[in-house]
Amino acid sequence: MTHARILVEGGRIVDPASGFDGTGALCIADGVVVSVGTRPDGFEADRRIDASGQIVCPGFIDLCARLREPGQEHKGSIASESAAAAAGGVTTLCCPPDTAPVIDTPAVVKLLNERAEQAGTVRVLPVGALTRGLNGTDLSEMYALKRAGCLALGNADRPLAHPLVLRRALEYAASFDLVVVFRPEDPWLRSEGCVHEGVVSSRLGLPGIPETAETVAVAQALPLIEQTGVRAHFGQLSSGRAVEMIAEARARGVRVSADVAVHHLYLTESDVDGFDALCHCRPPFRTRSDREALRAAVADGRISAVCSDHQPHEPDAKLDVFPETEPGLSSLETLLPLMWGLAAEGRLALSDAIARLTVGPAAILGLASGRLAPGAPADVCVFDPAVSWVPAQGEWLSAGRNTPFWARALSGRVTATLLGGRPVYLR
Amino acid sequence: MSTAAPADIQLDASGRLRHFLTVEGLNRELLVRIMDTAESFASVTAQNVKKVPLLRGKTVVNLFFENSTRTRTTFELAAKRLSADVLNINIATSATSKGESLLDTIRNLEAMHVDMFVVRHAQSGAAHFIARHVAPHISVLNAGDGRHAHPTQAMLDVFTIRRCKGGFAGLKVAIVGDILHSRVARSEIWALNALGVDEVRVVAPKTLLPAHVESLGVVPYHDLSEGLRDVDVVIMLRLQLERMGSAFIPSEHEYFQRFGLTGRRLEKAKSDVIVMHPGPINRGIEIDSAIADGPRSVILQQVTHGIAVRMAVMSMTMRAGSDMEAAA
Repeated sequence: MTHARILVEGGRIVDPASGFDGTGALCIADGVVVSVGTRPDGFEADRRIDASGQIVCPGFIDLCARLREPGQEHKGSIASESAAAAAGGVTTLCCPPDTAPVIDTPAVVKLLNERAEQAGTVRVLPVGALTRGLNGTDLSEMYALKRAGCLALGNADRPLAHPLVLRRALEYAASFDLVVVFRPEDPWLRSEGCVHEGVVSSRLGLPGIPETAETVAVAQALPLIEQTGVRAHFGQLSSGRAVEMIAEARARGVRVSADVAVHHLYLTESDVDGFDALCHCRPPFRTRSDREALRAAVADGRISAVCSDHQPHEPDAKLDVFPETEPGLSSLETLLPLMWGLAAEGRLALSDAIARLTVGPAAILGLASGRLAPGAPADVCVFDPAVSWVPAQGEWLSAGRNTPFWARALSGRVTATLLGGRPVYLR
Repeated sequence: MSTAAPADIQLDASGRLRHFLTVEGLNRELLVRIMDTAESFASVTAQNVKKVPLLRGKTVVNLFFENSTRTRTTFELAAKRLSADVLNINIATSATSKGESLLDTIRNLEAMHVDMFVVRHAQSGAAHFIARHVAPHISVLNAGDGRHAHPTQAMLDVFTIRRCKGGFAGLKVAIVGDILHSRVARSEIWALNALGVDEVRVVAPKTLLPAHVESLGVVPYHDLSEGLRDVDVVIMLRLQLERMGSAFIPSEHEYFQRFGLTGRRLEKAKSDVIVMHPGPINRGIEIDSAIADGPRSVILQQVTHGIAVRMAVMSMTMRAGSDMEAAA
């Protein structure tokens, strides 16, 4: 049950939205934030959370995490993946529409919302399908999806048939002020590719996905975004060049934003060497200079959100010859340590790292959350930056064990997650 | 993250071949040892009684997920001449109808107490995957995985070059054709560079060269006459005819015009040049019949050498495997 009054005490509170950064108390009552940094006179807590030496920040907003339900319950469930989200400090997540059935009707949105509420550990924002059944040709009933609660629409990783469908879809979505989410990848240039086309793919003889699969898709979409005036978001970028193209358009006033999956800030094409299927990811890990460009863009805000791009798999999905394995990483539980790692190395300011996980993604979706303001829902993450830990059996909550960070030392770990003032994860 | 160099998995603790998956990462000394061992078997196979008892009582499984006649046959002959029992399994795979998983197939064969897998598969990395998951006493030989590697073909090619040229120092070698899709080319490039040739060239239109091809240790050419200038060895690759449908080249005719090996083009090479081809050849598409059958061609010697080289690799890996078994 909800603890009526919670006092998170002794922690360093970092709220990028307000610029607050200081040690003090965070007071919560009836699910909302009462005060930040100070304890109002007469505030008596029913429950205290000791955050000494730890960092207290808004709960994370993850723009892309697959829960595998409905349709792929052998990979994960809303219950298992919501628990993983809570353990990762994530309090709101967007799930892409490529479920089975596809999120292209209010009924599927409702189903997801109900099951997420039952699980009760994370707010789930279903991203609606841009085309019916993600078929790439017929527009979905976008207005109905919006009424059902979708803030954004996309076609997951499925292509649209041709530029005219794209134009119509963007125009129609713009009519209802829906955000359109792109995972830019030209299907023809990707072809049967499974890794970055470069030095490593040439050596291993693995079919490559050229950087141009991403940049050509971005180049095709940008003029139509500009023409239609739609709010557009490019998710899970993999190349430095695509970041530049989007930043240039944004500087011209085009309403575009971008995110990157956290593991693209770490892994490169070299990590697939030895045919390591745990590093089979789509988009693929590219060169070191791409990784450095992505890191720089996250640091300076050209990339304003970092997501998990969580894709849990059953073990068999990765137990095959590399090109036959399924791409994707189980990554909700490594989101915070990897982001903290960049801040700890001095690659970006702590408040910027937290902003990319909170107010950054909130702004992309037009959400008021992602901040610790008096009166706002108390979605809170507390993490211990000093803890060193190793992802291991028994403590891993996602049904998917598919992470290359398995058994690797990470630093920074979530110790408490509050959702609307309710502790949903405590360790 | 996992940065296991390919050499790690195919060598045992004392640096001997346990599996033969790729030439990449193997040192010159080991490659020379394979050729020397093959040399000793080459004399055996030329005798009347062609069998030696090195693999008596062992079971070799030719596990072919992709069709092949020549490679499978020479592996089979090599195993039989080493007195092994040989089982041929052809598994036609299609991406749409996946039957038993690859790992299940391997587990079932392991349960029949086999000793060696010779694997051909349409996907790069198949032999590595199997080697990583088999029981420790089983050796895996890569008979071609996707575009990645075909190490026994590369070894029989360098063995042929050594027999014809006496060594590798100072040699210029041109590999001509579809480098992009060629596992043979990738393995040859590693072997030739490890053995210290002067230069490896690749000759093809850009559509048939992999990205950053120079990083493999080769010099690219898009003009065959230029690429053949002063070379000692020409290795022609088979052009897969289905490449026309995928816009890699416009037509067989144009390909032969620009990249087909003719007598006139071969004049650019050294006078004692040898012409090689892993087969099967497309006469009139990548090579003129007169060249394929001519005095510079060593194509049929390559086939003969294939048996000796495969015997060498089988006996070497099985020795390392037996020791592991004894230790266990």
